[in-house]
Amino acid sequence: MEELVVIGNGMVGHRLVEALRDRDTAGHWHITVVGEEPRTAYDRVALSTYFDGATAQDLSLGELRGPRVDVHVAEQATTIDRAARTVTTTSGRVLPYDRLVLATGSTPFVPPVPGHDLPGCHVYRTIEDLDAITASASGARTGVVIGGGLLGLEAANALRLLGLQAHVVELAPHLMPAQIDEGAGALLRNLITDLGVHVHTHTASTAVEPGPDGRAARLLLDNGDHLDTDLVVFSVGIRPRDDLARTSDLKTGERGGIVIDDTCTTSDAHIHAIGEAAHHRGTVYGLIAPGNAMAEVVADRLVGGNATFTGADTSTKLKLLGVDVASFGDAHGRTPGALDVVVNDAASGRYAKLVLSDDATTLLGGVLVGDASAYATLRPLVGSPLPGDPLALITPDGEALGADALPDTAQICSCNAVTKGDITHAIECGSHDVAELKSCTKAGTSCGSCVPMLKQILTQAGITQSKALCEHFTQSRAELLEIVRATGTTTFSALIDAHGTGHGCDICKPAVASILASLGGGHILDGETATLQDTNDRYLANLQRNGTYSVVPRIPGGEITPDKLIVIGEVARDFDLYTKITGGQRIDLFGARLEQLPTIWQRLVEAGFESGHAYGKSLRTVKSCVGTTWCRYGVQDSVGLAIRLEERYRGLRSPHKLKSAVSGCARECAEARGKDFGIIATDTGWNLYVGGNGGFTPRHAQLLAADLDEDTLIRYIDRFLMFYIRTADRLQRTAPWIESLDGGLDHLREVVVNDSLGIAHELETAMARHVDTYTDEWAAVLNDPDKLARFVSFANAPTTPDPTISFTTTRDQPVPGPLNLGMPTPRTHQQESTR
Amino acid sequence: MSVLTHAPATTDWVTICPQERLEPEIGLAALLPDGHQVALFSTRDHHLYALDNLDPHTGAAVLARGIVGDRDGEPTVASPMLKHVFSLRTGQSLDDPHTRLATWPVRVHDHNIQIGTNPTTHASTRAEQGTP
Ligand code: SRM
Ligand SMILES: Cc1cc2nc3c(=O)[nH]c(=O)nc-3n(C[C@H](O)[C@H](O)[C@H](O)COP(=O)(O)OP(=O)(O)OC[C@H]3O[C@@H](n4cnc5c(N)ncnc54)[C@H](O)[C@@H]3O)c2cc1C
Ligand code: SF4
Ligand code: FES
Repeated sequence: MEELVVIGNGMVGHRLVEALRDRDTAGHWHITVVGEEPRTAYDRVALSTYFDGATAQDLSLGELRGPRVDVHVAEQATTIDRAARTVTTTSGRVLPYDRLVLATGSTPFVPPVPGHDLPGCHVYRTIEDLDAITASASGARTGVVIGGGLLGLEAANALRLLGLQAHVVELAPHLMPAQIDEGAGALLRNLITDLGVHVHTHTASTAVEPGPDGRAARLLLDNGDHLDTDLVVFSVGIRPRDDLARTSDLKTGERGGIVIDDTCTTSDAHIHAIGEAAHHRGTVYGLIAPGNAMAEVVADRLVGGNATFTGADTSTKLKLLGVDVASFGDAHGRTPGALDVVVNDAASGRYAKLVLSDDATTLLGGVLVGDASAYATLRPLVGSPLPGDPLALITPDGEALGADALPDTAQICSCNAVTKGDITHAIECGSHDVAELKSCTKAGTSCGSCVPMLKQILTQAGITQSKALCEHFTQSRAELLEIVRATGTTTFSALIDAHGTGHGCDICKPAVASILASLGGGHILDGETATLQDTNDRYLANLQRNGTYSVVPRIPGGEITPDKLIVIGEVARDFDLYTKITGGQRIDLFGARLEQLPTIWQRLVEAGFESGHAYGKSLRTVKSCVGTTWCRYGVQDSVGLAIRLEERYRGLRSPHKLKSAVSGCARECAEARGKDFGIIATDTGWNLYVGGNGGFTPRHAQLLAADLDEDTLIRYIDRFLMFYIRTADRLQRTAPWIESLDGGLDHLREVVVNDSLGIAHELETAMARHVDTYTDEWAAVLNDPDKLARFVSFANAPTTPDPTISFTTTRDQPVPGPLNLGMPTPRTHQQESTR
Repeated sequence: MSVLTHAPATTDWVTICPQERLEPEIGLAALLPDGHQVALFSTRDHHLYALDNLDPHTGAAVLARGIVGDRDGEPTVASPMLKHVFSLRTGQSLDDPHTRLATWPVRVHDHNIQIGTNPTTHASTRAEQGTP
């Protein structure tokens, strides 16, 4: 066995180890990886999603486990002894090698302006950098990014997501100078300014000045102006990390980078360099695709192959602050004699340019801003004859190119160098959905922009992609709903016998329960329906980690009388329940044992409370501010409307939970734009926003219709909710549902406001049926001995408390005692709902 | 109603409840004299099953409240806590090869449901856990 040492556990170092592990079936190599970051490799390309809810765990590229792989993190390689062929690390480890790979990446360049190292000055490269930015941003209002390139704009978006007013300062005359031309830059600037980011081009930063607390407080500009700011992010470029190579006298490029030949070998035949640290034929690549290609070459050579790296495509496509930008091939038209075809439509916010060979027959490159949907088909055509009139390819109503126009050699996934031929081959070998194609070819696993193309190629190969709910039903949730509606089916067993297989599972049963309930199927615990419910619905309460339940009475609009508050207090005291005000403007009582639920609810129902459906995929709360009743700014009665809405939609079963809020003026104290449907008062009526949520992937709701009177508002909400219930997927909240509609929000507006499908009346009738038949689920259980009989601790000892449940006291309240089995791990990595 | 017959010869039986108390696919918890908590199920095709009520992944005694169904034809219950799925027949976790619940003999006797006091698979559970 020979020793391979890899310095750097970034994206490219990781790819090398994976690739070698796959190829080295003979077990020839033992691999040792040394990485200086405190964690194993993660997806740096997706780094910004960290601000959008992704965790370090989500970003991780996975463990490099294996009998012949050792990974040391939080450890830096400090010297290479080329004569002895050893590497020394900060922990004193001396690692002998037969081959050494430098995958050290690069560091952000920080220009030496005075004040560049003050607290509050940051770079944007690692998870630790992002944590530091988050810490600086807390309590801050303004942030400046220096550098208007690809990364700078990503950083500006991050600042926006952190709630800061963002500025971008760029030296060049336009944004993203490395990728796009001036015309595109001008349009991009408009689009980004519209989003509230201040753009300062043609401007140099001359110094960062501290405030009284010693932190960065002001950025001086070369035009004599300044920007007051709470933090600064430098994003003016990167420098290859070639320090180790320099001190061990390996050949480096004039402007940095470890020089490699086409076999990715440095000036020492035992040492390779790959990724952003490498300098190949005069170029240092700052993208993942060339790095991955180099990793594959080295892996191939280590097992005796003769692959070479001869250069790579630097095409990019990104969605910055919601604006599509793409550039590919010779975007700047540097090929002698190159011709441009440009469509620049400032009104619709689109810019497109194609660069053609001097005889206008071959596509050389292009730039797209505002709408980059043509990117997936155009990029693979670079170097090929044009399939049609160039102008038609980039005008909105022009001929859209499909995957079938592409030759087999066209690269579909540029991140991972996968051609159309590779993909059709994988399909022939049995990969029949996007997930399989991803794992078999690696296409689509990096930036994801080629995924729509993968779907197209699958469809062309005659493969219909499965929308099966689970192993028991080949139909999607929306299809099952249509079947239930059309056939009048009222039970799960009838449905699975006629349209499915087997006995069902924890996926299809609750989904069908929700369908039956939203079509007006009676009490959710009636007969067989009870067996379909997830445990929260089955016991009309939320299961806690120790097997007890929480109790959440409905408090519409957050408004409650002192008498009712006292009842809640008395119940909590008498049953010794932990009590907490929730984020949904109501009160949650925790720690009730299964057999206590009926007695607790008996007291609550007597006092006039009803179920809050905290357990159901259904309407939760309609939050509200105080509005005109008390607030000196209020322009409408927000509490009154919130209560009317909560009472109208309570108990409505839906594909996922539904939340709403009403604010009495544009100050938005009720956070309506964070809700599935949110309403904000205007001087003349109400604005309706849809598709907002917090949770894993926070979204702001978007305006659906403005200045509505109350009756029109309610009609629109009826239609919106019923249309969602009928067509959404299981556990799909409103935001992703709207995105999944062909035509998105505009289509939804057509359906809801203009009744483009002619179903508005039917949707309203269905909602009216729900409103008319609503009854309180808990009151119904208390009146039904059969249902009550299920609320026992043990069949043979109905009132004996579960002996495994214990409590301790924290801050004067009972909380679950220690668990006997350590921390739980959920069943799958796939994001599953918890209730 | 069919009855499981592979109980050890010397089994003592504990009466839990009248037969009609156990509705199809709605589990019930039972407390054995030795303190073991058992989750009791009857499936739609009238099979009776009894296994640990304790969810091994979280330590909460909740399995009886899980959804009953099947995976590839194997009758299952999904723990309500984190949705791990177990075979009702063998107690084997279908998501984690190293986890297996104990199962108990169960029968209908004189219109009552009875559980045998000795688990059917405890011994083999330990043995199987030992082999990697
Ligand atoms: C009690 C409460 C926390 C609190 O003390 O404030 C809470 C507690 C739970 N939340 Fe929540 N969420 C609570 C407000 C929120 C909010 C804030 C809000 O509504 O204003 C959010 C973000 C807003 C949103 O939903 O868009 C929130 C986002 C979630 C999510 C993520 C949803 C998503 O789309 O990503 C889950 C998981 C899920 O539903 O799948 C969740 C799930 C849960 C569950 C049900 C987890 C579970 O199954 O055990 C917790 C059960 C509580 C219980 O037993 O009663 N909770 N949860 C809040 C109850 C509000 C209420 O009165 O009903
Ligand atoms: C926010 C952001 C967005 C990006 N977006 C895109 C994109 O959309 N498309 C795209 O193609 N590219 C993008 N990139 C660039 C892409 O992430 C890099 O090209 C890629 O990560 C390079 O991989 P690498 O392994 O060469 O370097 P790195 O991922 O930087 O890994 C190098 C690793 O080596 C470690 N190291 C260095 N020296 C030593 C030493 N002496 N001892 C031990 N360890 C050491 C470093 O700490 C680091 O962990 C983006 C980068 C960032 C920061
Ligand atoms: S949203 Fe407007 S009306 Fe409501 S409390 Fe806030 S400021 Fe007052
Ligand atoms: S093009 Fe980036 S993942 Fe395929």
